[in-house]
Amino acid sequence: MIYKKTLSEKIFDFVNYFLMVLVAVLCLYPLLYVVFSSLSDPLLLVTQDGILLHPMGFTLKGYELVCKNPNILMGYINTFFYVIAGTFINVIFTAMSAYVLSHRNLYWKKALTVIVVFTMFFSGGLIPFFLQVKNLGLYNSRLALILPSAIVVWNLIIMRTAFLSIPNSLEESARIDGAGDFTILFRIVIPLSAATIAVITLFYAVGHWNSWFSAMIFLRNRNKYPLQLVLREILIANDTSSMTVDEIGLNSANDDKYRVLVQYATTVVATIPILCIYPYLQKYFIKGVMIGSLKG
Amino acid sequence: MQKPNLVSQRGIKKDKKLSKPQIIKKDFFVNYQVYIMAVPMVIFFILFHYMPMYGIIIAFKDFTVGKGIFESEWIGFENFIYFFNSHYFTRVIKNTVLLSLYGLLWGFPAPIILAILLNELHREKFKRLVQTISYLPHFISMVVICGIIIDFCSHDGLINDLLVMIGYDRKNLLINPNLFRTIYISSNIWKEAGWGSIIYLGTLTNIDPALYEAATIDGARRFRKIIHITLPGIAPTIIILLILRLGHIMNTGFEKIILLYNPMTYETADVISSFVYRKGLVESNYSFSTAVGLFNSAINFGFLLVSNSISRKVSKTSLW
Repeated sequence: MIYKKTLSEKIFDFVNYFLMVLVAVLCLYPLLYVVFSSLSDPLLLVTQDGILLHPMGFTLKGYELVCKNPNILMGYINTFFYVIAGTFINVIFTAMSAYVLSHRNLYWKKALTVIVVFTMFFSGGLIPFFLQVKNLGLYNSRLALILPSAIVVWNLIIMRTAFLSIPNSLEESARIDGAGDFTILFRIVIPLSAATIAVITLFYAVGHWNSWFSAMIFLRNRNKYPLQLVLREILIANDTSSMTVDEIGLNSANDDKYRVLVQYATTVVATIPILCIYPYLQKYFIKGVMIGSLKG
Repeated sequence: MQKPNLVSQRGIKKDKKLSKPQIIKKDFFVNYQVYIMAVPMVIFFILFHYMPMYGIIIAFKDFTVGKGIFESEWIGFENFIYFFNSHYFTRVIKNTVLLSLYGLLWGFPAPIILAILLNELHREKFKRLVQTISYLPHFISMVVICGIIIDFCSHDGLINDLLVMIGYDRKNLLINPNLFRTIYISSNIWKEAGWGSIIYLGTLTNIDPALYEAATIDGARRFRKIIHITLPGIAPTIIILLILRLGHIMNTGFEKIILLYNPMTYETADVISSFVYRKGLVESNYSFSTAVGLFNSAINFGFLLVSNSISRKVSKTSLW
C-alpha cells in the first residue's frame, strides 16, 4: 500500500536516522579515539584538546614497546591455553551433564536436577569458595582457572533444553542397534544439537577470554597470568603499587612519556582480534541470546 | 556392550511388581552409563558449590587458616552484630540498592527504546550496520572498558577536554564520589544497550505484519502504530525481563566496581559484594567477610524466589 508520508512522519524519520547515526558514532568513537591516540606523538597528544579525528603526528613507538613487552606475549599465550583447554572441559562436562538431566526414565533424575538448580538460587559466596579452591591445592595452579568454572548452570540448562527437543525415537532406535549412552551422546545427540553446542562453546570461550578475577585471586606467578590480568596491571592505574616502569616495557625514565602511548597501544592490541571476529560470529551469539531467553 | 533385550526393561517405572530397592537396582543396571556421566557433574557441584556452602559456617566461627574450618572456635552471631552496628552497614546497603535502582531506571529502558527506533528504520542495510556497531562494546572485555573509562575521565582525558569547552573546570572525575554512579551506569548503558536490544528486536519480528497493514488502512500513523502495536507486542518480554531483573536487585557484581573505585569514592561506590571482596581477600578478614556475604546471599535468595514465582505466574518463564 502506498501512502504519502505526512510532514511529522518525515521529521520523525529524519530524527530517527540522525539518532541512529549518533548511536553508531557513540559506540564506535571511543575506540577510534584509542586507535588514533595510540598512533600519535605523545608530546602532541598532551597539548591536544577534545575530539581527535586523526592521529596527531605519527609514531609506531607504542606498538614497538608493546611488542617488546614479554608479559603481553606471555599473556596471549596463557589466554589461548585457558580459552582452549577451559572451553574444551566446559563443553564436555556440560554436554554430559545435560545428557544426564535430559535422560528419560532415570530414577535419580529429579534429585540430580534439584542439586543443580539449587545452586542458581544460593551460593556459598566469595570467601568460602576461595578457601575451598585453596584447600583443594589449586592455589597458583592453572587448573584454578579451569576446574572451578567447569559447568555454568545457565548454559547447562540451555543445553538440556536443546537435548530434550531431540525426538526420543532416534535414541531408541540407536539403542536397539546396540548403542550405549556414550555412543548416543557423542554420535547422535551432540551432532543433532550442533547449533546450540556452537553457541554454548562461544559463550564459554568469551567467558575465558574476558576472565581476570579468578586469575587475580588464585595466581601468584606472573608467567601464568592471562592477558586480561596483564592488561589490568598496565591499564588500571589505581593499582600503581604493582605497576613499575619496567613492567610496561619502558626501560628508562626518559621513556616515561610513552607510558600513555603504551596503554593505548596495549588496548588496541588486546581488543582488535575480538573485534575482527565478532561480526562473523554475531549470528551465533544472537541465537544464544534468543535461546536463553525463551526458556531456562 | 548393552544387550538388546534391555530395551524392553526401560519402562521400569510402569512395572509395579518391583519393590523400591529393586527399581533402584534395575535402574542402575540399565542406566549405568548415564550414571558414569553424572559422576563428574556431581563431583563438580559438591566440590565447587556445596563444599563452599558448608564453608559458610565460618561466618559463625573465629576462623584462622591455621586451625581450619572445623577446628576454629564458635563465636555465634558476633560477626553479624558487628556488621549491623558498623557504619559500613547502611553505606553498603544504600549503595547497592541505589546503584541497582538507578541502573534499572536508566539502563532498563535504553535497549527498549533502541530496539523500537531500530525497528522504524526501513533501509535494511543501514539497520544491520547500526545493529552490528551497537553490539561492538559488548565484546570488549571489562578490563579494557575500565581502562578506557579511567583514561577518558582522567585529568587530561577526553571527557574533561569536552567539559572545558563548555566552561567547566578540569578535574579527575573518578575521584569525585558524586559522579561514580553516573559514570558506572552510563558506561554500562554504552556497553550493553545494543546487545540488550537483540531480545526485543527478536520479539518484534514475531509481530504479525498484517497488524501494521490493518492499522495503516485504518489511518494510523507512525506514532500510533508504535504505541498500539509495537509496544504491546514487546510488553510481555519487557515485563518478564523486568521481573527477573528485580530478582537480582541486591546482587550487584563487583568486577567493574573494584576496577573503577578508589578510597575516595567508597562513600558511593562500595557495594556489598565489593565490600565482601575487600574485607575478605584484601584484608584477609575471612569470617567477617563470609558473614556479610551470607547476609547478601540470603537476601538474594529471597528476592530470586519471589521474582521467580511471580514470573512463573505472569508467564511460563522462570529460572526453573
